[in-house]
Amino acid sequence: MNQLPSCLHVHVFPTLPRCCQFVYLCLNLVSAFAHLSAVNGDLFKQILEIQTAVVDSPRKEISVIIRMAAQISRVNSVAFLRSGTRNVSTTLPALYAAGQKTKPSLARPNQKNIVLVDAVRTPFLLSGTNYAKLMPHDLARNALLGLVQKTGFPKELVEYIAFGTVIQEVKTSNVAREAALGAGFSEKTPAHTVTMACISSNQAMSTCIGYMQSGVYDVCVAGGVEFMSDVPIRHSRKMRSVMLKANKAKTVGQRLSLLSQLDLKALIPELPAVAEFSTGETMGHSADRLAASFNISRKDQDAFALRSHQFAHDAAEKGLLSDIIPYQVPGQDKPITCDNGIRVSAPEQLQKLKPAFIKPHGTVTAANASFLTDGASACLMMTEDKAKQLGLKPKAYLRDFVYVSQDPKDQLLLGPAYATPRVLEKAGLGMNDIDVWEVHEAFAAQILANLSAMDSDWFCKTYMGRSGKVGAPDMSKFNLWGGSLSIGHPFGATGVRLAIHAANRLIHEDGKYACIAACAAGGQGVGMIIERHPDGKL
Amino acid sequence: MLQKCKTAEEASKLSKACQDLLLEVEHSKKPVVAAIMGSCLGGGLEVAMACHYRIAVTESKTVLGLPEVLLGLLPGGGGTQRFLQLTSLPATLDMILTGKSVKADKAKKLGLVDLTVQPLGPGLDKPDQQTLQHLEKVAVQTAENLASGTIKAKREKSVTDRILAAALKYNFVKDYIFNKAKAQVMKQTNGLYPAPLKILEVLRTTVDKGFEAGYVAENQGFGQLAVTKESRGLIGLFQGQTECKKNRFGKPERSAKTIGVIGAGLMGAGIAQVSVKGFEVLLKDAAAGGLARGQNQVYAGLEKSMKRKKITSFERDRIASNLVGTLNYEPFKHCDMVIEAVFEDLSLKHRIVKEVEAIIPEHCIFATNTSALPITKIAEASKRPEKVIGMHYFSPVDKMQLLEIITNPKTSRDTIASAVDVGLRQGKVVITVGDGPGFYTSRVLSFMMAEAYRLLLEGVEPRKLDKLGKSFGFPVGPVTLTDEVGIDVGAHIGEYLTKCFGERFAGANPEVLNSLVKAGITGRKSGKGFFVYEKGFKGEKPVCTEALDVLKKYSLVPKGLQSDEDIQFRLASRFINEALLCLEEGILANPAEGDIGAVFGLGFPPFTGGPFRFVDEFGADKLVTIMRKFEAAYGKCFTPCQLLLDHSKSNKKFYVRA
Repeated sequence: MNQLPSCLHVHVFPTLPRCCQFVYLCLNLVSAFAHLSAVNGDLFKQILEIQTAVVDSPRKEISVIIRMAAQISRVNSVAFLRSGTRNVSTTLPALYAAGQKTKPSLARPNQKNIVLVDAVRTPFLLSGTNYAKLMPHDLARNALLGLVQKTGFPKELVEYIAFGTVIQEVKTSNVAREAALGAGFSEKTPAHTVTMACISSNQAMSTCIGYMQSGVYDVCVAGGVEFMSDVPIRHSRKMRSVMLKANKAKTVGQRLSLLSQLDLKALIPELPAVAEFSTGETMGHSADRLAASFNISRKDQDAFALRSHQFAHDAAEKGLLSDIIPYQVPGQDKPITCDNGIRVSAPEQLQKLKPAFIKPHGTVTAANASFLTDGASACLMMTEDKAKQLGLKPKAYLRDFVYVSQDPKDQLLLGPAYATPRVLEKAGLGMNDIDVWEVHEAFAAQILANLSAMDSDWFCKTYMGRSGKVGAPDMSKFNLWGGSLSIGHPFGATGVRLAIHAANRLIHEDGKYACIAACAAGGQGVGMIIERHPDGKL
Repeated sequence: MLQKCKTAEEASKLSKACQDLLLEVEHSKKPVVAAIMGSCLGGGLEVAMACHYRIAVTESKTVLGLPEVLLGLLPGGGGTQRFLQLTSLPATLDMILTGKSVKADKAKKLGLVDLTVQPLGPGLDKPDQQTLQHLEKVAVQTAENLASGTIKAKREKSVTDRILAAALKYNFVKDYIFNKAKAQVMKQTNGLYPAPLKILEVLRTTVDKGFEAGYVAENQGFGQLAVTKESRGLIGLFQGQTECKKNRFGKPERSAKTIGVIGAGLMGAGIAQVSVKGFEVLLKDAAAGGLARGQNQVYAGLEKSMKRKKITSFERDRIASNLVGTLNYEPFKHCDMVIEAVFEDLSLKHRIVKEVEAIIPEHCIFATNTSALPITKIAEASKRPEKVIGMHYFSPVDKMQLLEIITNPKTSRDTIASAVDVGLRQGKVVITVGDGPGFYTSRVLSFMMAEAYRLLLEGVEPRKLDKLGKSFGFPVGPVTLTDEVGIDVGAHIGEYLTKCFGERFAGANPEVLNSLVKAGITGRKSGKGFFVYEKGFKGEKPVCTEALDVLKKYSLVPKGLQSDEDIQFRLASRFINEALLCLEEGILANPAEGDIGAVFGLGFPPFTGGPFRFVDEFGADKLVTIMRKFEAAYGKCFTPCQLLLDHSKSNKKFYVRA
């Protein structure tokens, strides 16, 4: 911040008394920038609205407005002017050009370029709806088939398959292998399943990147699947132990004595825990505490959730969600072609909902949290040389990635805040170099808390060990096609969805670099950099 | 404020004023919400209970309770009355009679708290600060909602509570509950503590005559208790305990992280058990079997804490991961402190010192857990005696609060500071004493035990002796205590102390103990001591006839002085006199540590506040008179020490009364 040559922003936050006038002034500048960079018409409108609000709003609203204004101003004005330490620092003129051509490639000597050829996903459906009668590997199989159909790529050329999943179906614990076999992939193509909570398919992707970088394979498929319409519910431990012993019991007497060990309690089944194993806390609960820690109001959360639904709705309407492949579920009279969780509700409706976790003073509700979802995704990845050799036109390069982890109790959902600056540094990029942000929306509160954490000097210094704040992403580039809140969040499949949305948006919005970030149970997180490929087409 | 009260009436007035003030809060038309974070004990909880709504943070530091009984008092600000209103009679009796505290979750279940708030983590400010702000926000919101009527304090009692409330209309139900509670109190206190009995009285009045009478009974009872010597003793003890939870030697240069414990026996594993929560612990034993037993002891302790919900299963796993078992000294390379807990044998301890010093780093402290071997002697084998210190733990280590740290003249101040720091982090109440035969605790106890043996040889029944010890206020009778400690251990120490103190240590012929040990009678661990111990046996333990037979061989002719009171004072006076002598000789640094050591390590009657306070209350002159009487019959062993004589002459006190 010290390097700031500008007089614009430095006083925006602390000087509350004169804030009305000042914010108005800043917003003028901000809106000018927004207008100039022509990123998003809606944003421009939003700024005008805030400007009007500043003029005639009652004083109590001012802090909210300032926060919103700060988010916009930070990116559109200040961040532009900040000179970075990276090798591809961006200057103001470069941004006006806003084109990908002026930004250099992140390719490194002595390192293979890994490309994302394309990716698909089944429509993401609320659990218990149209997929209810399937099994997880059916969804994964369909994603694999869809990938083959969309890319026209021969199955036999796939050398390795990795899938992510979280709640495992016991019968198909290596769901990647079952799905590949079922989809008619070569029996000679090995497959494994990884699990890392909500970033499982990121892990599947980076595992494949590792294989390709180290020269084991050249062509891999990574994906993920989650099926919450059916989950393994177990007998109690007592019952299980008796049942296992029953196998060995030979005489009637032995069997009877086993039976006598059972009591009523043994008959109660065990549901899969929705709580963090280490702390016993459910994620929603943690999100609610997080919201309080960062002073995220219910209103802000609802507004963000609404934004997510609105954007997803618009993107679907415009046909931008081209990663969806239709799914003809056996026995149903028409194929499923779109996500069914996107719902643009009136703010008043959202306001009416009661808190879902912490009652009665909590702020996380069913509407501002992601819902249980069924779905699968898959992507085709290979070395750039191989793609050229095969005459393919990849969409993007998969560049640096980083996994982070922190305290699973109080910082459970702060993965993006930690991962983003680290992955950017790794890639030699600054916040303002990123043209497209795709961040996993577990909860509206979680997103807003992460933004707030990144924008807090205190937090970044105290907990991330940095010299000052990282700054928050530009909201005009942030999850513009909706996110997990609206599209849905099949735990194991979301990572690939983020990657392909990032790649497609880079092409659609004519950007160069995208950053994806996500949090995961266990206090973990991921950050990945995706660079648009010159050959990429929607 | 309380200490200034001279009469029961004054104290009672104080209580009444507090009651009135809180009644005003309760009757206020404006809703008052108590936002609770941190300990809410005693008066704090009484204020909170007078409010219309209570919100507490669910974190381990936030506890609620009425511990007045532990200070020999009762909650005098309407506490007994409101607790009863908010919860049930059994819960009230349980909490107020034991003085225990509960966390927010449990308090909510009891009905003590209306709403809980989870603590916040990192955010835009320090977690504690944020939690406090959040709590305040929720509390203010709640108060507004209470005022506007959008929420009402729900005080629905459970079905069982309601049935009980209905049943309490009948006298026989009341009688049953109160008799049961009283029996429990009598069993635990032998009727020596007036506070719990008074609390029962107050609550009975409330149940019989209603709250108005209850309030009066409460402030009257408070007044009466406030001026009892028991209350003074317990308050003094509490102050001493607070002192002993501080490090009077200052902060050590480096904070110990890794502790090596040698010997995985009951003691060693016990030390490991209290250390794993805050340190990395290396537990070393010579044999794999012994080590496994020790590791299991530590794990079993953690498992128990988990079952009692003191820690979660995850915390248990994490804490258990701090324990590393080893059969060699290799890992000791990284130790900051070594505590050895091997058998009490000087040559063995010397060997250990040499072995360990060959491997531990320069800064590492060598602590020896011994109950009597002089630290100076142990330090003779050391290359760096300034790093050698004694840490006398009491068995069972996880239950006994006391740690007696023994310095030798060469021990450096930083070594002491570090040892005290470790002890405090292990959750101990720490006293620091000088080196000398038996240090402080073992020494004073041995003098009393010597008298106990003499009484046994004079034909006093073991059970009678135990009973008299207990009615004096000891939690365990002297004979049972002998069995617990081990007759062989007693013989070992006794032999050594006889050499040191000669005639003054007179009591039983050391041969008696040796004969008992030879006959395989070594105390509880061998199944027989003066009593017979059988697994699973409940009720009064039978006296061991074999032991009595051995005693008969050495029997002594009583010299009179066998009335109950004589017996009690023959035991107590030797204990007290020796404690005073320790202060006189400079083994003890101050009377407060002497009192804490005696109460927490040896079970000296807590309500007296310890031997020094006992002398203050009882009167040094009176004690001298009694001892002179015994001295006439038994000689030097009952000669009052100079310090006691000084106090009897000048009417000086160990503690200045505020």
